[in-house]
Amino acid sequence: MINNMEVLSLDAKLEELLAKYQDTPGALIPVLQQAQEIYGYLSPELIRSISSRLRIPTSRTYGVATFYSQFHLKPRGRHIIKVCQGTACHVRGGSKLMEILKSYLGAQPGETTEDLKFTLETVACLGACGLAPVVMINDQTVGQLTPEKVLQKITTCE
Amino acid sequence: MRNLMDACCQRCTHTPASPCSEYLLCRTEGPLCHESKECRQQRKVFIDEVTIPADYPGRQIIVCGGTGCTSSGAANLVDLLNQEILAHNLGNSVQVKKTSCHGFCENGPILHVKPEGIFYTKVKAEDIQDIVVSHLVNQQVVKRLLYQDTSGNSYPYFQDIPFYAGQTRLLLRNCGQINPESLADYLAVGGYRSLVKVLQQMTPDEVIEEVQRSGLRGRGGAGFPTGRKWASARKAAGDVKYIICNADEGDPGAFMDRSLLEGDPHSVLEGMLIAGFAVGSTKGYIYCRAEYPLAIKRLKIAIHQAQQVGLLGSNIMGSGFQFDIVLKEGAGAFVCGEGTALQASIEGLRGMPRVKPPRSTEKGLWEKPTVLNNVETLANIPVLIQTGTEAYRKLGTEKSPGTKIFALSGAVTNPGLVEVPMGQPLREIIFGIGGGIRDGKRFKAAQLGGPSGGCLTEQHLELPVDFDSLTTAGATIGSGGMVVMGEDTCMVDVARFFLAFTQAESCGKCTPCREGTKRMLEILERICQGKADLKDLGDLERLCRVVKNTSLCGLGQACPNPVLSTLQYFREEYLAHIVEKRCPAGVCSSLVRYSIVADHCRGCGLCLKNCPVGAIEGEKKQPHTITAERCIKCGVCLDKCKFGAVLRR
Repeated sequence: MINNMEVLSLDAKLEELLAKYQDTPGALIPVLQQAQEIYGYLSPELIRSISSRLRIPTSRTYGVATFYSQFHLKPRGRHIIKVCQGTACHVRGGSKLMEILKSYLGAQPGETTEDLKFTLETVACLGACGLAPVVMINDQTVGQLTPEKVLQKITTCE
Repeated sequence: MRNLMDACCQRCTHTPASPCSEYLLCRTEGPLCHESKECRQQRKVFIDEVTIPADYPGRQIIVCGGTGCTSSGAANLVDLLNQEILAHNLGNSVQVKKTSCHGFCENGPILHVKPEGIFYTKVKAEDIQDIVVSHLVNQQVVKRLLYQDTSGNSYPYFQDIPFYAGQTRLLLRNCGQINPESLADYLAVGGYRSLVKVLQQMTPDEVIEEVQRSGLRGRGGAGFPTGRKWASARKAAGDVKYIICNADEGDPGAFMDRSLLEGDPHSVLEGMLIAGFAVGSTKGYIYCRAEYPLAIKRLKIAIHQAQQVGLLGSNIMGSGFQFDIVLKEGAGAFVCGEGTALQASIEGLRGMPRVKPPRSTEKGLWEKPTVLNNVETLANIPVLIQTGTEAYRKLGTEKSPGTKIFALSGAVTNPGLVEVPMGQPLREIIFGIGGGIRDGKRFKAAQLGGPSGGCLTEQHLELPVDFDSLTTAGATIGSGGMVVMGEDTCMVDVARFFLAFTQAESCGKCTPCREGTKRMLEILERICQGKADLKDLGDLERLCRVVKNTSLCGLGQACPNPVLSTLQYFREEYLAHIVEKRCPAGVCSSLVRYSIVADHCRGCGLCLKNCPVGAIEGEKKQPHTITAERCIKCGVCLDKCKFGAVLRR
């Protein structure tokens, strides 16, 4: 659980971020990116406070946050599993990996398991087509996968 | 002098605060302001460490640090190598160096021993000792780690491997050879020479004229003449102008820009600087997609290094030219690869395209004249300035000069990054360099240009691959993704796949694209599920025409191409799905059923053990059965069965 001290230090980081960007034109996207890095996702309160500091209507901030696939408006799991949707991965069995992961985790793409352990996502081509099919587990790109191998990989996640 | 970028002796007056105008050339050609054998020798030592000439006294082992090799386990090879080298007292004569992607990803991790040029593939941690002992100590090549083609021939040397021998690596010349995180490395192989030439010997108009004469066309897909774009931005009124490098490489199946940025980021910066000088711009943006964390990291390092030595900033190399570069990270929207949408995204808005005209060269980013060039286009600039137009035009065809990098992937034996002169026949790329279709299967189609491109078939194999000839065949060169498909690929499924992609990425601004792609996708899904009738096929074709002709931007205008070209060349597959309710390639899961032939099943239990959903039942040594309701049609049982007892229909 996050305690009060940690919340305060997160808020201090946000404050620093907003102070740095508040007069820069076109700063909304980098601010949202870095705010999401701090808090893990963009909560309604966070979107409101960013909007008021950057003097951008909340509706516009919300519009930008929902337009780009990188932004998340709900909490995500401890482990992020991204299944590559690129052509090469598709031709070499990427959709089978997705089917297996969906049934193993009991989550659809974009959903998080109830214990907040895994979030299953799709990602547009990772550009590692030579290794297709590819899945990204957290920051690690894992290639040349089969349904069994991908299950082995994720069962090792704590 | 600790490295090439340092002063050689006290006679050198260069500091970042008051830069010497000859600093860059002096690093490699120098010393220029004084004569000293010793100073010259120092430079040679550093340059040789990068270029490794044939008479190099020591050895260098290059470990590929590209995304592919890293994910296959290259990361700890460097440490292991260093440990073994120390253990055998070779520390003084052997260096280990990590570079970027060699483009031969499936055979990674790759080790390249210089100067002899021995090329090891699929190297594992346990092979390191063998390499050090037999190759470095006993001078015996480790034969089992050499690349072997499908007929069993092995190739000790990098340049003899058919995958590399068929290529003309002009833009990729440094990828895998230099340390991409070192400005000194780039200088040692002749980097920033073109910038120096431009700043010292050419006027902006001369630069533009040179680029126009070279015939360079934009490598992002549209093939617009780069020189003409620069000329119109130069002519446009206004004192603030921008250069944007479009590094939002979003086409699934395309990764040439990623490799260039990861492998040779300074060449892209150099191209941008020259563009800035020619157009009269003082500020550049690189818009790189966030899915490329390594490219972003390398760009940040390169920009910082260039700023440190005064290659970016005010009064660059004492020429009076001022230019700086800002890196912008994309946030995950394919449509931002479209110029006007990209500009909106830099401005902090939703990445939606706008109506053209006005063109970006007149009113682009923040309403100012803007040149938007793709990564590969910009990487061409230093090359063509250095070699001169005449030499540059010798490569490629009359209307498409130069080379093109293709990201070869899919069912091909050697997937990877391939650079060839424009106009190379398709067969040469797929069967020569790519080594043909894997597992001895038959070639069915090559998909070029991703979601905006089309398919080419066997009848097109002799077609020269350049901007114009592909368009006449219904495909496009696109950004350079080339996905090869074998006989077990369903073309209707491929069309559905691309449309699902464009439908999800449609920004929603214009109706034909927003609504049209959705309806097209619904029809394609019905076809794949065996629920469509012939009227659907007519509707689909009409929708394709409407969306193509009436959409606002390139995304919508080009997204029917994969459907139209598969309809043109594989109509019988559509008809099989619609009329016979059958998927000839056995891909569309609704039309496929897995079953076990009792006569062939030995009851070994391998399929039962591997079925991820427990859909297979049976006693040991008794024929097993598949429960259709539970089966998710993943095909694991088919792959696992050693007796050919699993049937897919």
